[in-house]
Formats: sequence, C-alpha cells, structure tokens
Amino acid sequence: MADGDLANLSDQLMLGTVLLYVVAMVGYALDLGFGLRRRQTEQTEQAEQAAPAKVLVGSAGAEAVDAGTDAGDAADADADEGGRRRETDWGRFAVLINVLGWGAHLGMLVTRGWAAERWPWGNMYEFLSAIAFAAVTAYLVVLVRHKARFLGAFVMVAAVIALGIATIWLYTPVGPLVPALKSYWIAIHVSAAIVATGAFTVGGTATLLYLLQSRRQERGTEGGGALALLPGADTLDRLAYKITMFAFPIWTFAIIAGAIWADEAWGRYWGWDPKEVWSFVTWVIYAGYLHARATAGWRGRKAAIISLVAFAALLFNFFGVNYMFSGLHSYAG
Amino acid sequence: MTKTQRADTGTTEATEARPAPQAGGPKPRGMGPLGWLRWGWRQLTSMRTALILLFLVALGSVPGSILPQRGQAPERVAEYLEQHRTLGPWLDRLSLFDVFAAPWFAAIYILLFVSLAGCVIPRSRQHWRAMRGQPPAAPRNLARLPQSASFETDREAGEVLAAARRLLRGRRFRVADGTASVAAEKGYLGEIGNLVFHLALLVLLFAVAAGSLFGYRGNIVLTEGGAFANSLTYYDQFTPGRQFSPDQLAPFSMRLADFRAEYVTEGERRGQPLDFSAKVYYREGADSPEKPYDLRVNHPLEVGGAKIYILGHGYAPEFTVRDGQGNVAYRGAMPFLPIEQRNFTSEGVIKAPDARPEQLAFQAVFWPTAVADTRNAQVVSAFPAPLNPTVSLMTFKGDLGLDSGIPQSVYRIEGIGKTLQPVRDGSKLLRQGETFQIPGGAGSITFEGTKEWISLAVNHDPGRVPALAAAVAAIAGIVASFMVRRRRVWVRATPGEGGRTVVEVGGLTLGNPTAEFDDLVTALRRDVPPTGPGDAPAGADDKTEE
Repeated sequence: MADGDLANLSDQLMLGTVLLYVVAMVGYALDLGFGLRRRQTEQTEQAEQAAPAKVLVGSAGAEAVDAGTDAGDAADADADEGGRRRETDWGRFAVLINVLGWGAHLGMLVTRGWAAERWPWGNMYEFLSAIAFAAVTAYLVVLVRHKARFLGAFVMVAAVIALGIATIWLYTPVGPLVPALKSYWIAIHVSAAIVATGAFTVGGTATLLYLLQSRRQERGTEGGGALALLPGADTLDRLAYKITMFAFPIWTFAIIAGAIWADEAWGRYWGWDPKEVWSFVTWVIYAGYLHARATAGWRGRKAAIISLVAFAALLFNFFGVNYMFSGLHSYAG
Repeated sequence: MTKTQRADTGTTEATEARPAPQAGGPKPRGMGPLGWLRWGWRQLTSMRTALILLFLVALGSVPGSILPQRGQAPERVAEYLEQHRTLGPWLDRLSLFDVFAAPWFAAIYILLFVSLAGCVIPRSRQHWRAMRGQPPAAPRNLARLPQSASFETDREAGEVLAAARRLLRGRRFRVADGTASVAAEKGYLGEIGNLVFHLALLVLLFAVAAGSLFGYRGNIVLTEGGAFANSLTYYDQFTPGRQFSPDQLAPFSMRLADFRAEYVTEGERRGQPLDFSAKVYYREGADSPEKPYDLRVNHPLEVGGAKIYILGHGYAPEFTVRDGQGNVAYRGAMPFLPIEQRNFTSEGVIKAPDARPEQLAFQAVFWPTAVADTRNAQVVSAFPAPLNPTVSLMTFKGDLGLDSGIPQSVYRIEGIGKTLQPVRDGSKLLRQGETFQIPGGAGSITFEGTKEWISLAVNHDPGRVPALAAAVAAIAGIVASFMVRRRRVWVRATPGEGGRTVVEVGGLTLGNPTAEFDDLVTALRRDVPPTGPGDAPAGADDKTEE
C-alpha cells in the first residue's frame, strides 16, 4: 500500500475512533443515569416491602440516597448485579464500544507511523493522539484491575476533546522528522512522556471526582445526582493516589531520558528551556502531592487540589509552552 | 520527606517521620539560643516547611520560562530591556533574567535540600538500626491490628511457634522470638528505596554544581576548509566554570572538510531539513593521528573529555576583492548570519582594509536560491539549499576604523556616514561567478563561490556521569519505594482450654492490608491443623478493604 493510502486510512481510523468514543461516552452516561434510577427504584421497592408506611410519609428519598452512599462500594461490582432484568446493560455496551474504539485508535497510530516510516509522535497532532490513547489504555487497565467503570464517561469526554483538538487545530499531514528528532531517544523519552501524561489524565479525573464526592459527603447526603453512584470519597482518593504513584516514576523517567537526549542533541543535559522548566514544575508539584497526601493537615482535599494544580501545569507544559514560548521544543508546534 | 504511604487504617503506625511543627516541642517563648536553634531546625525539617519550599521552587521557576534568560538567549534579554525601560531594570534587579542563577532561587533550593538532608539522614540511621535490630515484639492484643486471625489447635505452643518461624523464614521475613510469640518483619527495601531516592536528589544537586564549577562550554564557528584548535583564541564565546582555568583545555584540534544538508524537495514540506552531516577530521593532541568523524545532530563527537555538538549552520559566500590598483585586497569565505531559518536569506559584511587608495567594505544579502518575488519586485530565497546563490552588495569606501584600537564585530560595518561613505551606484546584484566593477575605479568584487559554516558547541561537564548515576539511582529508589511495603506479622501461641493451643496472628502493613497475610494464615493452618468448635475461619477478623 502506498504511503498516501496508509495516511488516509489513518485519518479515517481517527474519525472512527472519535465516533466510537462518543458512542461509548453516551453508553457510560446512560449506564450512570439508568443505574441511578434503577437503584432508586430498587430502594423504593425495598422500602415498600420493609416498611410501607414510611413511604407514605415520604422519607424514602432520604433513605434511597443514604443507601446510595453505601452503594458506593457496590457500584463497581454492578456487573453481576441481579436487579437489571429486561433493561439494556448500557455499561457493558459502553465497554464494548470503548474497546472497539481503542482498537481503531491503535490502528490509527500504527498506520500513521507506517505511513511516515517512523514513530508516530513527531508533531503535536500525533503526540496528542498518542496521549489520548495512553489515557484510554490507562482507563481500561484501571477498569480491569479496580472495576472503575464509573470513570468511563469522564475519560471518554477527555479523549474526545483531545482528539477533537488534535484533528481540528493541530492536524499535520504525514511527513518526515526534523533532524533534531531523528534519534532512538524519541521512542524512549516521548513514549514515557505519553504514558505518564495518559495516566496522569486518568488520575486527574479520579481526583476531580474525589473532590466533588468528598464535598457531597461532607454536605450530608442531600441529592448529588450521578455522584451518588460513584464510589465513596476514600475509594476515589485511593484510586487517584495509586494511578499517580504509577505515573510519577514514569514522568521522572521521561524527564531523565529527555535530559540524556538533550545531552546528545543540544550539548547539555539541562538548560532551563521552557519545556524543561515546566516539566520540572510539574514534577515538583506532583512530588508535593505525594508528600502532602502523607502529611497530617494536608491529606484529603488539600492534597487533591495540589494534584489538580500539577495536572494543570502538565497541560500548560503541553499547550502553553509550545504555543506561547519559543524554545528548543517548539518544532513540535 | 515522609514515607509516601501511610497506614490508611489509621493505626498507631502512622509513618510521619517529620515532626509536626506545632507538636514538635515547646513554644519558643522563653527559650535560650540553643532552644531557638532546635526550634528553628525542627521547623525547617518539618514536612510543612518542605512542602512550602517545594511549591516555592515550582513557583520560582515560572518566571524563568516567561521572561527571556541570559543563560539561554542574552540577545533577547537585551531586546527586552530596550523595550521595557522602566520595568526592565527592576526585573533585572530581582535577577529575573537569571532566575536559575539568582540568589533567591538558590536560597529556596538550598533550604529545601537542607530540610531534605535534615530528614533523610536521621531516617537513614534509624532505618539502618531497624534493619540490624530485632523486629518489634508482639503487641498485647493482636486482634486489634488491621489484619488478624485466630484459631485453636491440638499441637503444642512450641510446635506452633516453630512452624510459624519456619513459614515466615521461608517467606524471607526476618524473625525474632518473643515470649510465647514470634515477631517477623520484611519489606525493608521500600524504605531503602525511599531514602535512596531522596539521597540521590542530593547527589544530583552536587553533581550539577560540580559540573558547572569544573567544566567549561564554548562556541565556535567553522567554515568548510577551516580548522580550530582547542584554545581560547578560536572561541567566539567561552564560559569557563569558576574552578576551571583555560590552561586545562584539552589539546585537541579539528577541521571541517565538508558540510551537507538535505532538504525535502517537493510537496507541502518543501524546504524542511532532513539531515545535517559534517565531515570532520580531528586529532586528540598535537602528535596524535588524524581521525575522521561524521558529526551530526544527535551524534556528537567526544574528544579530550569534551563533547562537540553541531548547533547550527549557515552560508559563507566566497569573495575576491581587488582594489583600485588591481591588487587582491581580500580573498576568502565570510560567514553570513541567516536572518530567517526557512530559506536561509542571510546577511553579512566584507571588509577589505588592505584596499588602496581607499579601504573598501560591502554590506551584503545572500540568497541561496534567489527568485524574483513578483508582487514586491524583490529578490527572495525560495529554498534553503544553494540552487541559485545570489548576493546583493552595497559598496562603501573610506576608513574602516580598524586601526582605532576599538574591537569591531566581523558582522557589522562601523562608521557609515562618518569615516565610510557609500559609493554612488555601488549597489549590485551578483550571481555566483560574476564580478562587479565598482564605479569610480575603486576596484572590483567577484562572487567566487558558496561555502557553508557550522556552529559548534564544545562542552566539558565532569558532572554529567555522576548526575546520570544519581538520576538512575533516584528512579530505582522511587520504584522500589512504591512497590515494596514494610510488613510486620506476629504469631502468638498460648495454652487454651482442654489442652489445646490458641493461635493468634496479627499483621500490620504500611498502607493497605495485603493478601499476603491471608496466605500466611492459610499456610499456618495447614502446618498446624486447627481443631474444635471454637475454630474461627482464617481472616474472619480481617479488615481488608480491597
């Protein structure tokens, strides 16, 4: 197949990926929405069976939400829940579509690399697509290992936004690399940065949900909509921490690999180029999060906010540094 | 620097090694100087201070990316100062153009590292003692630990403890005997990793500092056919470390035979560089044999403890200047500076101080591939490679001022309009090989050919390898500290009713409870089979959350 055909195929797969992710996002959202309604119905039924009089005085609502908090831990196990009967299993449908989309995403990257005859992360379009891929992969891993399906809708939103930005604003036709990028270090340094960024994205999503959930729990059990279906704040916090603990050493490695490459390419391993400054800032703030989470008076929401600040620095390093400052990394723009 | 995992279960084994500043001691009021010192030290090494210093480092780095920095782009700093006449000097006073060399930035990171050392070093000692000492004795009530189990058996207490010892040793626990109990501990590697990570950061800081103290870096421009020896006279710019003296420069030399750049020739990316390659020959010392090397981006040359990198390239048009008397007043290739990087439109000057009766100078623009821009009736360069090399010249004659003793840039002509006057009708467009006869019989200039130059960075940094080793140690340390957790297990065997023995097992893990504990209990029940109706299933009291 000619390179041009492969490049076209890659573009079409990108479109397919976005569509599948949008469908998966809707599926996850329906799963959350129907899950909520289902649970409320169940609880009402239970309440009716247990104490019909109570329902008449209208305290069922409070009870339902009360149980909803407990349902936090049960929410991840909803795959084998008995109460779904004739209803469509939107969760399973969403996961299926999600995995299909992931396959298309992988195909998009592979064909892109094939067409260009190099690693497909040589410009911002490819880089952002690969980060979205890493984030979706990280989510799928978390889904299998921690049954964290509740993250699906939110990760899909992030992935669709990232791929949308990549396609609309950052699209670059397949082409060769500038000489500075021609090194095997691109496979090491950029891959590590992509994996870490993808994982940080999922960790950031969990952190954000933790903040919302913990506020909801603190305010009491009033309402909360879909949040009532998410696991409890502690579980979210622990999940976010685990993901960050996975991503942080990889980010450290990405920085060090970058320093080694810089030593090969630019004649110094560290020169406070804007990209270097911001990856350092990101690293320092994430290190702050990891420490804060283990410190009395900081753990909990304060630590979570630090983690979000670190994620903001990570995003700024990606977008801001490339488009606002001129530095040695700006060829990526 | 607290161990980043904590006992989520909220047991007594919270892992804060850093003292909380409030609880850290008596209030400073009414203390002697020594008390104040201790109080200050406790404040500095507290986790809260460390966190604040971490954020200050992050915050302090930000202006280094927003404002131009002298270390990276001194010319942009000068430009900024030119444009911001009131704000600029103030920013400069705050060292905001040298953020990473600023005293206030150094103050932050030195405090941070002192704080880090003040925490890590005592902790290392403590951990060293813990590793050599006995695992702590069993707490009184094992059932109150986050993980616990108990059962009864017909075996004797001694037999139970022997089985427990065997089991735990087999799983590479360190085991100690207590009264009617066995204490075991493993997972020291986690804390070792944690300490190694933080100590490696300290080493990294020292390696970076040593590199900049004892090293040097310099820039050289080399034209095809040209050569340089590693001595100060050849450097356009030379920055030695404070502890480096130029007579320590390694005696290598190098010449550039040929430079080649490849570009994309068609399509949307026409003109994008594909590859740069410089064919060089070098000697390690004056008497060493000459060796060839293919110097490319990402492929530096290591010689004499220094690394030589190719940083940039440009064109050096060759000219021959004849004066009014017909003598050759100048012949050579003159490096021109690119004014745009895409198609390498470059500018430069040619000075012929030997021209008689009057000295000659030319201000020139060079286009590697000259084409006519029809819209503006201008010449532009359409491609970065020299497909149609063309120069436009503007001629000046008079006194170049080179004898005045004031050093001049080779890229600029001084004294235009004062000592040097433009020659009437002295502007001309020349293609390669063409000659321009200067009006008024002042002489001629011939555009002979086009050479290329490369700019090289020569860098000697003795801190490179130690810094790399420290970085690798840091990664290994952090991975170990995140993957290995310290676990303690206690087994107690006491005589119970009816001649049976009550076996109690308790487990305490930093962070979350582990499945390993359940495995251990299962294995112990296999070794000493439980009996009787009071038999609690393994892990019945297990407070495992996951």
